Amino acid sequence: MTDTGKPAPPSPGGGSPVLRSAVWIAVAILGATAVGGIALHRGESINAIWFVTAAVCVYLLGFRFYASWIAARILCLDPTRATPAERLNNGRDFVPTHRWIVFGHHFAAISGPGPLIGPTLAAQFGYLPGTLWILVGAVLGGCVQDMVILFLSTRRGGRSLGQMARDELGAIGGAAALLGTFMIMIILIAVLGLVVVNATRHSPWATSTIAATIPIAVLVGLYMRVLRPGRVLEGTVIGVALLLLAVVGGGWVDGSALRGLFDHEGLPLAWAVITYGFLAAILPVWMLLAPRDYLSTFMKLGTILLLAVAIVVLRPQVHMPALTPFIDGSGPIFGGTLFPFVFITVACGAISGFHSLISSGTTPKLLANERDIPLIGYGSMALESFVAIMAMIAATVLEPGVYFAINSPAGVVGTGADAVALISSWGFPVTEARMGDLAREMGEATLFARTGGAPSLAVGMASIFGTAFGTTFGRGMLAMWYHFAIMFEAVFILTTLDAGTRVGRFMLQDLLGNLWPRMGQTSWYPSVLLTSAAVVSAWGYFLYIGVIDPNGGVNILWPMFGIANQMLAAIALSVATGILVKSGKLRFAWVTGLPLAWLVTITTTAALEKILSANPRIGFFAAANSLQDKLAAGLLSPEKAAVAPQLIFNQRFDAWLTLFFVIVVWTVVLDMLRISARHLKGKPVPPLAETAHQPTRLESHLDDSWVRD
Amino acid sequence: MNPIPRLRARLWNLWRLLRRLTGDDAYERYLRHHAARHAESTPLTRQEFCAREQEHKWDGVRRCC
Repeated sequence: MTDTGKPAPPSPGGGSPVLRSAVWIAVAILGATAVGGIALHRGESINAIWFVTAAVCVYLLGFRFYASWIAARILCLDPTRATPAERLNNGRDFVPTHRWIVFGHHFAAISGPGPLIGPTLAAQFGYLPGTLWILVGAVLGGCVQDMVILFLSTRRGGRSLGQMARDELGAIGGAAALLGTFMIMIILIAVLGLVVVNATRHSPWATSTIAATIPIAVLVGLYMRVLRPGRVLEGTVIGVALLLLAVVGGGWVDGSALRGLFDHEGLPLAWAVITYGFLAAILPVWMLLAPRDYLSTFMKLGTILLLAVAIVVLRPQVHMPALTPFIDGSGPIFGGTLFPFVFITVACGAISGFHSLISSGTTPKLLANERDIPLIGYGSMALESFVAIMAMIAATVLEPGVYFAINSPAGVVGTGADAVALISSWGFPVTEARMGDLAREMGEATLFARTGGAPSLAVGMASIFGTAFGTTFGRGMLAMWYHFAIMFEAVFILTTLDAGTRVGRFMLQDLLGNLWPRMGQTSWYPSVLLTSAAVVSAWGYFLYIGVIDPNGGVNILWPMFGIANQMLAAIALSVATGILVKSGKLRFAWVTGLPLAWLVTITTTAALEKILSANPRIGFFAAANSLQDKLAAGLLSPEKAAVAPQLIFNQRFDAWLTLFFVIVVWTVVLDMLRISARHLKGKPVPPLAETAHQPTRLESHLDDSWVRD
Repeated sequence: MNPIPRLRARLWNLWRLLRRLTGDDAYERYLRHHAARHAESTPLTRQEFCAREQEHKWDGVRRCC
């Protein structure tokens, strides 16, 4: 074991080792105090700055000690080894790149709307369970997964997760990884579409603003394609200015005669999202997808930075208790007990299988030196996890009564007077007048039952910005801030929706290409139309059901997404654990093996509860049966009876789909254990696919030596 | 070193970092790469290059949840 693989550790104390140790001890003490403070605090409210402090200290310690240790002892990073970017440099996708630039690209690619939504929903258990899981899950699970997969793919010429699974475990593992990815994409897009629909339902302001983002993206696309090719910064500046104008314009539409044009029920909005998704998938990328991606990346980075500044400036009080009574599974937002559902609900901020797709394939092709792996793999995920902590803060600074009134579906708590009475009876006082005032301040008709997490995050962000930036830019502009936050989330979600549909289309074309080669040609138009329509119909189906479901749909779709995403992480960690065992590192296999065991435990428990639970709020079959009984007994209103057969079918379908997820993940895990056991007994297994060592010659003439510290 | 030129150098580096991160300088980098490795052929025009890159960039998983 060499020590050379150690990344240059951050050295806050300068050169002196004594001073450096003292600084790290101080960070550890501060971190322990902050974590202990938020864990043991029981009182009226707690300041959000403790969350920020705890998170920053935990990530710093994890990065400095755990990531360095993994890099040096387990992965044995070798800075003298040429990376794929150097060996295969083609000036296009394989390009050795400075580590902070790779960090930027990697972070932009892994950060999506997931970490904003999951913590918001998980706040129904109180602030503590979600926060602890975000911190512990990221430091020991998510960051480790991203870093190890990045390393393994770098040592394998930048191969994708599916290819690595096939090479190292065999055809079964490879097929499972591919199938898992496809299924997650479908569920993910459906649930994100639902979030947008719920945020725009009967909100002419939000609807018109989001509608305006589409022509804005096309305009920016034209600018960067035709007028000023490749001038990304110019195009983005123009686009961001137009987006801000669209937020203001939405307010004008809301007060004008055009209002009616944008005031819609959920179903027409869902059809609009589905039509949009189909068009985005078949139109050339430069027109919609590429400009939208630039805009959403800038919007996200800018907004997150603004939120971080606002939280530090304002230091808001968190009003949500540490734990709510809903840890027993009776929560209004989604059914299910604390274990395992908090771990399913917060997927992206703690550990996200999806990241392994970026860590393999895309990012390794840019890596200039293996030394950069901890910063990019571990560091980016720590930052992503910090975004989740901020979403948790934005949800918990709301008065709990308001939080529950916004996020609880009408099918569970009723509406208006019924809802406030029920929510107040849980010990979270709220009044109709308070909700009415808040809705008026935010420029919305109502804030009751705005499920999906986006409206409550937007209210939280608006109240933080509104207080932090004084009376002129704050209080007086609450409605602006609210719709800015909604626009930012929607732009972001629609980008994921476009990109996801496209990736799904490629995967399907690839698959069908095996049966009929013509279908595999990604540019053959009949194939493009057919496969795009298939992918859009798949997520469109779940979106449609989610919208017609009176319980809000989020209750069904978000846990399924969480289960699917965590299962992809389990597949990635299986590949990693199998490779560690095959490399003779059984002793250290727990580094990926323990997170794997934990994920398999929580996903299997959650999946089985979703399938078998007798409680209709949790179990799919139970819900289907209960609805069927009510339908048969004639207890449903005519509107509910009309959609009941579809809901019943869907609940049963979801149960089988969840079972299928469980079978896929167990197949991969057992296959990995079989391969590992064979290796340990000395029997033949697929050989390690690591490329041979080639010395690097890069250091001296890396083309961006100008930014090397 | 005088503080004013040093500040200018810092800002200049920041600007280059921003252009690099956003891909604003992709064509210039391509021209440099082309001159170094494939000097015998004529490079693509700005428009051709940008069009080709955009198609290429979106041929895979580029976004997470």
